[in-house]
Amino acid sequence: MSHVLTPSQTIGPFYFGTLVNGYRADLAPAGVAGERIELVLSLFDTEGVLVPDGLFEIWQANSHGRYNHPDDRRNLPLDAGFEGFGRASTDMKGEAHFTTVRPGRVPWPAGGEQAAHVNINVFARGVLNRLATRLYFDGDPALAEDPVLKLVDAKRRPTLIAKRDAGGVWRLPIHIGGGRETVFFDV
Amino acid sequence: MEKDTYRRPAAGQHPANLSPAYKSTPTRSPKQPAIVLPQSLSEITGPSLATERLNALESDLTKQRMGEPLGERIVVHGRVLDEDGKPVPKAMLEIWQCNAAGRYHHPGDQHDAPLDPNFTGGGRARADEEGKYEFITIKPGAYPWKNHHNAWRPAHIHFSLFGPAFATRLITQMYFPDDPLLGYDPIYQSVPEAARKRLQARFDIETTRPEWALAYKFDIVLRGRNATPME
Ligand SMILES: [Fe+2]
Repeated sequence: MSHVLTPSQTIGPFYFGTLVNGYRADLAPAGVAGERIELVLSLFDTEGVLVPDGLFEIWQANSHGRYNHPDDRRNLPLDAGFEGFGRASTDMKGEAHFTTVRPGRVPWPAGGEQAAHVNINVFARGVLNRLATRLYFDGDPALAEDPVLKLVDAKRRPTLIAKRDAGGVWRLPIHIGGGRETVFFDV
Repeated sequence: MEKDTYRRPAAGQHPANLSPAYKSTPTRSPKQPAIVLPQSLSEITGPSLATERLNALESDLTKQRMGEPLGERIVVHGRVLDEDGKPVPKAMLEIWQCNAAGRYHHPGDQHDAPLDPNFTGGGRARADEEGKYEFITIKPGAYPWKNHHNAWRPAHIHFSLFGPAFATRLITQMYFPDDPLLGYDPIYQSVPEAARKRLQARFDIETTRPEWALAYKFDIVLRGRNATPME
């Protein structure tokens, strides 16, 4: 017998307590292997107005390119204390801050490897379905061969590529719409 | 081409991002269609939150404070299943809701209705091996929300689920059966008509606890896996 999917609904404006409490935006406590990085995601609506009531989630492989999940059966190290999941709400500047490690590369089903990336979910009042996108790292030579970026019109690829600011922080503005609309994926 | 691990939703199962009657959507919905991504390890893995320690108080929203919250005590329970009806074992569920008066324990909620010092409205539970979960809570009130003249949200409980993968992530809302406000709510009505009823819990007399609480059953269906091709 087949069951019908439960439809999606908006997170609304009042998720504050339950969803965020208990989830630090620091994914990588001391001892986790890899290059420590700071990510700042910011959220804008279709008119370029910052969204102060949004929620970002990130999901990533560890520095060895291994996902902490039973369906990743490759013989690569897992790091104790690193699940690879983070969650943070946007602040009055529309920003959410994470500290983590730079992920390793993971394979592509049809062969080859993907460039290092972080998977992102965007939720907010007025967003009826989870918006999924990715963060790549500016200057990574593997970007040129990434099979996902190849699916994206070259003009829109920069919407997926975080840039490092003068302080060493990786920043990626996410625009729900408008002239700089971020590429979202049907995963 | 490799086959996707998780089935993709058919048209009409989820709301359209742009649902103009819900006035926040025009400035918060993408114009470009989402790019269909073949599922790689990045999409078929996801957080299990297995190391999150839950205590029993988290699934009983009536026992989190010093005293009992006001309102009608209810049991909300059900199963987390996939599209084949298979249980999603150990699924993490998170809920949040307003109190019986229709007010959220949240600094952004300025509705002129009383806060209840004994109710924060947040809970978590992990489904068992058969995908079964249960919360004890109080029935949330309706609340006004300024979307249009005289706009009221029907009573609802917000649900957040991870399921087995990044691909199966779902945030939704549970409504109560035959609430007259459903007919006027643009958020509920953003879901195509044929799929809407899935968001209504069922009154469940069997699970009702005599002399103590009424019960509602809300099964949640997440995306199922494609059949594995025979080798
Ligand atoms: Fe709500």
